[in-house]
Amino acid sequence: MATREDIALMSHLMRRAGFGATRDEVERYCEIGYEQTVEMLIDSDSQPPVDEYTLYRYHPITEVPGGAAAPGQANWLYWMVTTQRPLEEKMALFWHHVFATGNAKVDNCNHLLDQIDMFRELGMANYRDLLLALAQDPAMIYWLDNNENHKHAPNENWGRELLELFSLGVGHYTETDVFECSRAFTGWTIDAKMPRYPYGRHPWKFSFRPEDHDQTEKTFLGRTGNFNGEDIIDIILDQEACPRFITRHLYNFFVADEPQVPAWNIEPPRNPEAIEALSKTLVDNNYDIKPVLREMFNSDYFKEAQYQKVKSPTEVVVGTLRVTKDMTGPDPRLEALGKEPGYMGQDILDPPSVEGWHTGREWINSGSLVKRVNFVADRVSNVELEGVRSMVDYVGSNGSTMSASDLVDRCLDIMGPLEVDQRTHDELVSHVSAGGDEVAVGSEDFQERATQTFALIASTREYQFG
Amino acid sequence: MAANGNGNGKPPVLVVLQLTGGNDYFNTVIPYNDEHYFDSRPSLQIPQDRVLKLDDDLGFHPAMGPMKDIYESGDMAIIHGIGYANSPRSHFRSMDIWHTCEPDKVGTEGWLGRALREIDPNGENPVTGVNIGQALPRALVAPGVSVASVADLSTYGLLTSIEQQEQREQMLSRFANMYGPAVGTGQVMEYLGQTGLDALKGADILKVAPDKYESTVEYGASPIASKLRDIAQIHTADVGTRVFYCDYGSFDTHAAQATTHAKLWQDVSEAVQDFWDDLRENNADDNVVMIMFSEFGRRVRDNGSGTDHGAAGVGFAIGPSVKGGMYSEYPETRPEALEQGDLVPNQDYRGFYTTILENHLHLEAPPIVNGQFDAPGFLQTNGH
Repeated sequence: MATREDIALMSHLMRRAGFGATRDEVERYCEIGYEQTVEMLIDSDSQPPVDEYTLYRYHPITEVPGGAAAPGQANWLYWMVTTQRPLEEKMALFWHHVFATGNAKVDNCNHLLDQIDMFRELGMANYRDLLLALAQDPAMIYWLDNNENHKHAPNENWGRELLELFSLGVGHYTETDVFECSRAFTGWTIDAKMPRYPYGRHPWKFSFRPEDHDQTEKTFLGRTGNFNGEDIIDIILDQEACPRFITRHLYNFFVADEPQVPAWNIEPPRNPEAIEALSKTLVDNNYDIKPVLREMFNSDYFKEAQYQKVKSPTEVVVGTLRVTKDMTGPDPRLEALGKEPGYMGQDILDPPSVEGWHTGREWINSGSLVKRVNFVADRVSNVELEGVRSMVDYVGSNGSTMSASDLVDRCLDIMGPLEVDQRTHDELVSHVSAGGDEVAVGSEDFQERATQTFALIASTREYQFG
Repeated sequence: MAANGNGNGKPPVLVVLQLTGGNDYFNTVIPYNDEHYFDSRPSLQIPQDRVLKLDDDLGFHPAMGPMKDIYESGDMAIIHGIGYANSPRSHFRSMDIWHTCEPDKVGTEGWLGRALREIDPNGENPVTGVNIGQALPRALVAPGVSVASVADLSTYGLLTSIEQQEQREQMLSRFANMYGPAVGTGQVMEYLGQTGLDALKGADILKVAPDKYESTVEYGASPIASKLRDIAQIHTADVGTRVFYCDYGSFDTHAAQATTHAKLWQDVSEAVQDFWDDLRENNADDNVVMIMFSEFGRRVRDNGSGTDHGAAGVGFAIGPSVKGGMYSEYPETRPEALEQGDLVPNQDYRGFYTTILENHLHLEAPPIVNGQFDAPGFLQTNGH
C-alpha cells in the first residue's frame, strides 16, 4: 500500500515528466515502483503512440494545410492530452522552449508541427543528431534566415542563435566565432523558395547548395579548417560550456525555476553540483539524453523539488484536462481549447521571440492569473466530469461523516497532494465550516462543499506551482 | 505628468481599434476618378455614383456612411499610405511589426506596454490598460505591466463559474485573505500575493462600470458594438483606464469580398459612431482619441472575388482634439509605381504612433517606437 509520501512523489514525477495523472494512475505507478516508472517514461516506445488518424477523422481541419497557428495548436493539444508517452511529449515541449520557433514569422503551422514531430523522435535520443536535424529543419531555417545566408553575403541570425540560445550561451564565443560559424552554414537552405502568391503554399525541404557554400577556411573556437555546418556542431560539442548549458535548461524545465536564460552567464546555477554531474553524464554518454534524464529523475534534488516551479500555461491546461477528464479524445471544443494556453500567456507554436518564453514567476500577471484560476476552477467544480466525480468520491471515502478540517485535508490530498501555508489552510477550513462543521458524506451539500473547496484550492498561490 | 493637454485637465485616454486580417485600403478610401482603380478592380469596383465622396478625388466605401459623417464633422484624420518598407505580407509577422515597432527583428515588448509603463510606472492602478478580448495582443505586453484582459465585461472576474452570488462573494473574500501580505514566504509567493490582489482589485473596479453607466445610445448587435460599449462603460465609470484595446475582423477578404467587406465596414462604422455619440452624451469625449489600423492593405488587382495580401494601408484617428482632414499622400496607383502589385507605403506607422504618444499621451516617443519618424500633425497640441 502506497504511503502518502509515495503518492506525493509519484504525483510530482508525473507532473514534471508528463502532464499530471489521476490518483488511480498514480497508485498503479506506485505499485510498479518509482525507478521502474522512470524507466517506463524514458522508454517511450514501450507505450503506443497517439492515434493521429482518429484526430484527422474527427477534426478534418487539423489536416488542412494553412498558415494560422490556431489549427497547429489544436493538433498539439490533442497530442498532449491523449498521449500515453507523457515524457516524449514533455520533451517535445522542452525543446520547443529551447529552440523556440514561431508562427509569427514562419507563417506555416505544418512545418512547425513537423518540427515538433522531429522533437518527439529525437528529443530523447542524441543531442548531436537533434542539433543537426534542427540545422536542417525548414521551419528553423526560415525562422532564423539561414535561407538568406549566402556565400558572398553571410547572414548571422542562425549562426548566432545556435551559439547563444541553442548550445553554449552568452560569454562562451566571440563575435568572430559567430561570423565564422555563419559562414560554415552558408548554402544550408530550403527548397522551394517559390513565392506563396498567387498559387498558394509550397512545401519546404532542406537543401544543401554547394555553389552557395563558402568553401574557404574558417577559424571557429580556436580551430581552423574548411568547416561545414556539421563540423561546427562537432566543435560546439567539444566545449565545456555545451553540456552545462543543456543540462541547466533541463534543470530549469524539470527541477526548479532558474533565472531567465539571458542572466545565465552572470548568475550561477541554483545547484552547481547537479549541473556538473549531469554534464559529465551527458559527455560520458556521447550526448545521449536518456542517461541524463534517468539520473535527474532519480536524484534527491529532483525528488525534493516538489512545487518549486510555477506551472506553465500549457501544463495548467493540459494537466487539468487530463486529470478532470474534461477532454479525452476528439472533442468539438478542440480548437477553442488549443487557444487556452495562449490566453494565459503561452501561445504554443508562436513564442514571443527566438529566446522563447520567460518562465517562472513571469508566467503570472493579473490578467493571466484570472485566466488560470478560472480555467481550473471551472472544471474542478463541475461534477459532470468523470475525473471530478472520482475526486469527490476520494474525498468522501473515509467514513460517513467528516469534519470541515478533514474535508479540506482530503481535498488538498487529491488536488496534489498539495501543502499550503497555515493561513491558506485556515481560510479553506473557515469556508467549509461556514455551512456547519459536520458534513454527511454523499449528500448534495457534501458534493457542493467539496467542489467549492477544489475551486478555492485552484485559486490559491500554492496551486500555481507544480 | 500627463494630466494637461486636451480635455479639461482630464488625463488623455487612447482607444485602439485593430482591423484584423488586412483591410482593403483601395476599397475603403476609393480614388473614384482614377482609371487605374477601375482597371485593376474588374470585379470589386465601386461605381462612382455609389462612392461616398469626401473631396474631388477620394471617397469612402458605401457602407461607411457614419464614418463619412464623422469626417465631415471635422473630428477624423485619414492617414494615407501607412505601413513600412518590405511588407512581409504575412498576417502574423505584420501584426507583430505593428505591435512591437520592430520591422527587422522579432521584438518582445509592445509599444503600448511601454507606454503604460511610463504612465503608471509602479503599477498602482490594475486597470490602467484594458484589453477587450480573449487574448492579450502583443502591443500591450511589457515586463512589469499588468493589463486587465476582459472577454466580456458583464461576466469578468475570478471564480465566475460559481453561480450562487452569495457563495461566490464568500469565496472571493477567502481569496483576498489567502492572497494577503505574506511576509517571509519568499519572493515569488509575495509577488503572487500582490498580483492576486491586483487581479481582484481590477475585477472589483471594473465590476462597478456597468452599474454606473447610463446612456440612451442603443448599440447594434455586432461584436465590435459590444466591445466598444464595454469600453464606453469602463471609460465613463472613470476608473483611471488610459489605454483601451479591441479588435474586429476578419478583414482577410481573399474571396467574397464584395459582401464581406461591406458588412465589416457597416459594423465598424455604426459601432464607432454609436461609441462617440455615447461618449458625448456622457460628456466624456474631450480627452479621448481613437485610432484604427490594419496590419497591411491588400493587392491592387482583385482576384475575381477578393484580394490578396498587400502593403500600404490607411490609418484613422478620431476625436474632438483631432484636426480633421487627410494626411500623407494617397500612394501612386499607376501599375509601374506598384511594388509586387501593391501600393507602396509612404507614411511610416511609427510616425503615426509618434503623434499619438507625443501630442496626446504626452510621452517621449522615440524610446517607445524605437526611433525618430516623420509624424503627421493630426492632433491639436494646445487643447482646442
